[in-house]
Amino acid sequence: MTTTAPTRPVDTAPPVRRGSASRMAALGRAELTLLLRSRAALITALLVPAVTTFSMRGVVDGLDLDGTGLSIATVLLPGSLGLALIFSVYTNLVGVYVTRRESLVLKRLRTGEVRDWEIFAGGALPALLLAYVQCALLIIGLTVVLDAPAPAAPHLMVLGLLIGGAMLVAAGALTAAVTRTAESAQLTFLPFWLLSMAGSGMFVPREILPGVVGDISAWLPFSPVMDLLRGGWTGDLGAADQGRALLLALAWTGLAALGVRRWFRWGPRG
Amino acid sequence: MNPVIETVGLKRSYRDFDAVKGIDFTVARGELFALLGTNGAGKTSTLELLEGQATPTGGSVRVLGHDPFRERSAVRHRIGVMLQEGGFPPELTVLETVRMWAGCTSGARPADEALDMTNLSDRRAVRVKQLSGGERRRLDLSLALLGRPEVLFLDEPTTGLDAQSRRDTWELIRELKLQGTTVLLTTHYLEEAEQLADRLAIMHQGLIATTGRVADVVAERPARISFRLPQDRLLGELPPLPAMGVTRHETVGGTVRLETRDLQRTATELLTWAHRTGVTLHGLDARSASLEEAFMEIAKGLDHEETR
Repeated sequence: MTTTAPTRPVDTAPPVRRGSASRMAALGRAELTLLLRSRAALITALLVPAVTTFSMRGVVDGLDLDGTGLSIATVLLPGSLGLALIFSVYTNLVGVYVTRRESLVLKRLRTGEVRDWEIFAGGALPALLLAYVQCALLIIGLTVVLDAPAPAAPHLMVLGLLIGGAMLVAAGALTAAVTRTAESAQLTFLPFWLLSMAGSGMFVPREILPGVVGDISAWLPFSPVMDLLRGGWTGDLGAADQGRALLLALAWTGLAALGVRRWFRWGPRG
Repeated sequence: MNPVIETVGLKRSYRDFDAVKGIDFTVARGELFALLGTNGAGKTSTLELLEGQATPTGGSVRVLGHDPFRERSAVRHRIGVMLQEGGFPPELTVLETVRMWAGCTSGARPADEALDMTNLSDRRAVRVKQLSGGERRRLDLSLALLGRPEVLFLDEPTTGLDAQSRRDTWELIRELKLQGTTVLLTTHYLEEAEQLADRLAIMHQGLIATTGRVADVVAERPARISFRLPQDRLLGELPPLPAMGVTRHETVGGTVRLETRDLQRTATELLTWAHRTGVTLHGLDARSASLEEAFMEIAKGLDHEETR
């Protein structure tokens, strides 16, 4: 073995410390390499939102949207973005976090300089990138196909995408906390996914849900994200509603993060 | 000079189990300290406290003058850690793994240099899943060395290595020590501790049973002589045993075993007697105490105490 390079002499100034950005970039790059090498996950994440959106078109065509102020485009477009976010970020990350934990990668990482939240955030970067690229393609594609108008309040759409991404990273980590194996990660993402599909107004606007169900559904975690996304196209989300949506989304994200802090285990159960 | 590592009354309990029951030791800069013990002795639990992976249930630990758990940002960039069992994503190559780790490490060596140190350069393009167990351990060691740490924590660094790799790793650890790195390692291999350690502690059931320089720990133990007497000879025909320096003796199945603190004197007396009386000592064996014997005896003694 050759050990030519000396260790740092004790009195010289320590070398430049790596910061958060550098660490997360390194983790994100490694995770991106892994994502690109896992064809199945990549193809699922890419195809499912597009295919589902087109298959939902028939359903949305049959909805009675009178009196909701919505059109097929303003239902389908935000719905497809929400679905892309959930699929590429949430579903994907539940599997990523569980797999890394079970193969002791997280345990090893935690011995280094990386902070806990950087492990989650850095690992989520490729998933977020994938989701946002997909959203851009869906916006362009659907706008052309549906001959949809441009978003009336694009800043709300961007806000929805950003806070939605953050919420789903936290939700993915929280779901991973209660998922024991990579195999069970194929199932544990379903409750949140189904709840958001059915109750958060993804393709079925909450306005047409019956009374109490509609009231409750307004408080679901992903509902404020969908409100922001839809508001981005319709432009009729008032200031009070914008504030409410933002606060609710942040509250759920914060709760999820607290849950992660409390329950996430960094190594496999003994 | 302040010790690099210092523990006082260090304790760690799990829900229904006390893994570490109050241990004290210090390690000076540039020293190599080995923690020995059987499985479940509390070595890894102790190491995790030193590395700042967990916070002690009682007592205190300082590494480089800081609490490694609460002041992790003051400590982490100055230490290197190799876990007993750490994982890497199986689909990344060796080089990609080192690059990922380098991006997370202050003052990281170039990847090639880190891989050279553990002879992994020619495996750089291989995916981690295709590495042998020993190669994975060496990759783990490369990462522990990446940030040119002042303090290195190695949890069973050579477990699973073949004989050649083990010797190479010892050489590397010696080299790092020469350069001033403080090393704390745990090991099952007594030879490893004998080869590398300045000082050691033998842990047993969460406590330090004995600690000191390797030579001192060994010197506390008696040397042994064993032989078989011819059928027609009796042990009583030997000169008085205490006068020969024998501290303990027993006869098991015709084999005589003597213990002594002064091997040269006892052996000389014994051989002189045999020569004078024309007795042939069959299966004669005389040996100084080894760390292994010290280790076995301590473990046995403590178990014995516990059952009383």
